[in-house]
Amino acid sequence: MVSEVQKNTSAILRVERLSMKFGGLIAINDLNFEAKRGAITALIGPNGAGKTTVFNCITGFYKPTEGMLTMTRQNGEEYLLERMADFVITKKAKVARTFQNIRLFSGLTVLENLLVAQHNPLMLSSGFTILGLLGFPTYKKAAADAIEKARFWLEKINLVDRADDPAGDLPYGAQRRLEIARAMCTEPELLCLDEPAAGLNARESAELNKLLLDIRAETGTSILLIEHDMAVVMEISDHVVVLEYGTKISDGTPETVKNDPKVIAAYLGVEDEEVVELIEQAEAAGIDDITAAVDLLSTEALHEIEEAHPDMAPAQLIPAAPAKRAKTAAVKKSPAKAASGKAPARAAPGRAAKPTEPEPPIKPTGTIKPGATANALAEPRGGKADRLIVIKGIGPVNERKLNEHGIFHFDQIAAWKKADIIAAEAYLAFDGRIAREDWIGQAKKLAKESLAKPAPKKTGGAK
Amino acid sequence: MKPITDLQPVEPDSVFVKALKEGLIAGALALGLFCLIVGFRTDQNIRNELVLNQRWGLLTIFVLAAAIARFAITYTAPWREERKKTKRAVAEVKEPSAFRRSFPKIGLGLLFTYPFLVILILSISSGSIMGGLQGSLKYVDNFGIQILIYVMLAWGLNIVVGLAGLLDLGYVAFYAVGAYSYALLSTHFGFSFWLLLPMAGIFAATWGVILGFPVLRLRGDYLAIVTLAFGEIIRLILINWTVVTKGTFGISGIAKATLFGIPFTPGPTGFAALLGLPNSGVYYKIFLYYLILLLALLTAWVTIRLRRMPIGRAWEALREDEIACRSLGINTTTTKLTAFATGAMFGGFAGSFFAARQGFVSPESFVFLESAIILAMVVLGGMGSLVGIAIAAAVMIGGTELLRELEFLKRIFGNDFTPELYRMLLFGLAMIVVMVWKPRGFVGSREPSAFLHKRKTVSGEFTKEGHG
Repeated sequence: MVSEVQKNTSAILRVERLSMKFGGLIAINDLNFEAKRGAITALIGPNGAGKTTVFNCITGFYKPTEGMLTMTRQNGEEYLLERMADFVITKKAKVARTFQNIRLFSGLTVLENLLVAQHNPLMLSSGFTILGLLGFPTYKKAAADAIEKARFWLEKINLVDRADDPAGDLPYGAQRRLEIARAMCTEPELLCLDEPAAGLNARESAELNKLLLDIRAETGTSILLIEHDMAVVMEISDHVVVLEYGTKISDGTPETVKNDPKVIAAYLGVEDEEVVELIEQAEAAGIDDITAAVDLLSTEALHEIEEAHPDMAPAQLIPAAPAKRAKTAAVKKSPAKAASGKAPARAAPGRAAKPTEPEPPIKPTGTIKPGATANALAEPRGGKADRLIVIKGIGPVNERKLNEHGIFHFDQIAAWKKADIIAAEAYLAFDGRIAREDWIGQAKKLAKESLAKPAPKKTGGAK
Repeated sequence: MKPITDLQPVEPDSVFVKALKEGLIAGALALGLFCLIVGFRTDQNIRNELVLNQRWGLLTIFVLAAAIARFAITYTAPWREERKKTKRAVAEVKEPSAFRRSFPKIGLGLLFTYPFLVILILSISSGSIMGGLQGSLKYVDNFGIQILIYVMLAWGLNIVVGLAGLLDLGYVAFYAVGAYSYALLSTHFGFSFWLLLPMAGIFAATWGVILGFPVLRLRGDYLAIVTLAFGEIIRLILINWTVVTKGTFGISGIAKATLFGIPFTPGPTGFAALLGLPNSGVYYKIFLYYLILLLALLTAWVTIRLRRMPIGRAWEALREDEIACRSLGINTTTTKLTAFATGAMFGGFAGSFFAARQGFVSPESFVFLESAIILAMVVLGGMGSLVGIAIAAAVMIGGTELLRELEFLKRIFGNDFTPELYRMLLFGLAMIVVMVWKPRGFVGSREPSAFLHKRKTVSGEFTKEGHG
């Protein structure tokens, strides 16, 4: 996957193995993603997931503990952002940003705010103040041009009438737009917006969407945004990266991300006690990998959800947006990375790189993967698999893995011997959990039930 | 039980009665407070015994002043309230008056003609030109030059504190560097004033950068403490490095400034002799007056020009929000250093002028109180406003000078009353009054450096004071 990222020249920003630690706190843990040129990339995640920390690393306000941030400009120049000072990043690498809590120069007028943003070109044309002080005409012309540019952006954000008012006097929504315009006055190639829609009403939020799409269409600026407002994210972004506890849990088009059970679990949350319990379990099971722990968490959470709302599909928990199936297929590779990138190579070599179906529906693969259990089937009996996620401890990801290894029915699990459990645990990447959660016991009960009556109607994951 | 409606409504006290009551209470309080402090005084008599003197007259004055003032305040309160309301309603639409708009021009005209006006008025009152010339010495020197030095210093500090928002409590250090640069280089090497004036500015600017480097990361109180310490370090070096600075004795006999080579000496080559004027020390004072006036105006001109340059806007942006500045690609390090250096440079100019004017420098002229006074001018005048700061400097320096003249106070408080001793007390009182009355200084609003449609002043409530 990493090699694939490096070869991709269409990426304006590549984040590779980014880690940020504050003492003992790991704010970002080994994050990889890329923002494509000319695209709107959204960075979402629950509060405290480390989104703003990623921004602060990209814009140089923090120096990352580890990792590489590569910015490729339109002219092909490459900048390693982690090595540059914050103001140089804006000046040379052309990355501009806005702030979560608006940081305008409230005592300066709206126009002056936009002129301050053009500091560096104006500084040059004023001969580092000396020529300007002596009244050379080059500066006068540059100053007039700067005002024209400011006027252009003021027209864009509908604030021409208020150009001479102090920025602190503007209403909240206008201040947000002004901050974006100010960032655009530095002529960035990558614009980083930290929660631009926070505190905006529905109409202002729609205006903001239009403004961002306009910016991209007219200036070709790539946009990276942090947002909580899902309406904004789903409507305008081309690509979504989901963070939780500093780790990427999903990456793909808005459509795929929205249906990712891990994302749903992260957003709906699981109870604290359970988190502790699961982390302990994960530690006991020797899982040192956070992703695997998150995997555990999300499967547990899904069970809870299903228990609470037996007839609600996970997909319905996040509002549906117009389907983009064709697009989904096109970027299938990236979500697969999120789902299976961490699968242990020791059990199933080559599995990590294998593209897997991101959506949970059971899909007969026809072939059984290596390392499968003794009672594996090539295909589900009668073409219809049992709903394995009914077993407590099996989530959609594990179900898919089981299916890939030829396990489709409860009775198959019920018939597992010790060797089978070891084999299954190897490809599922956890130790001891099958016994602890008594999958076999559960499966036996379920197998009996499914014999007695037809299998419960399938609701999970299907669209 | 009677119904409530039968109760007699309590008549509210009339304003007069209320004011009388409050006046009496204030008088009683003042009596209690001052009875022992002012009413009695212990003195030593010839036999070295303590004698208790009673000062009932003075106590009466204090008590009456408190009572009458309180009475007046309470009595006029409704009327003032009314006036405030109507004023506010009118002020909404009122354009600044013609006087207010052309105030800088009127002020400049007055400043340029000030020495001649003084001479003219004094000549008329004394009946002879010579009398007028000699009499004007005090007004040109003590008032004119003294005030203008402080105006220049305050305008210089305004760049650091008012524009860039960096609280500098050691500004007097740059003043000292300028003064000692001129004093040492002119006494040891005989360089002329006109050569040393820019050099003193450059030296001071260098020291500004030297101070700037270590304090770049500091803000607010911490910055203030370090700059305060810097001011003290410079003063202590001047005291203790006796080989060079002659310590507390100071450096005397510093060469005077010349008018492009023409000295202001009584001899045949002197200014008076060349122009055929009667001998008088006042010519040099008038020359110095115009010199410092031009230097101060240079400071103002540079400040005004710089505010319209990217660097000036960056200073103000730095005052408003440093992090936002950095996010816009502004190098805050160099921006801060240029602010320190530019401010220090004008301090250095003022210092070398000070040395040329006094002919003597000693570390005593550069104590912390000077820094505090200059900073007080910037704050009282309104941070960033040149006119406001000039008014504050005139009021503060002119006011303290004027207090020396207040002989009539002796008639009120008795012959042993020395108004000079109360200067600092009145000074502090005046500052408190001004800060209560105008918390943002005389001129609290800010002139924008550029405009699209119409130049509107920015109200002080939006501007920030900076974080240090």
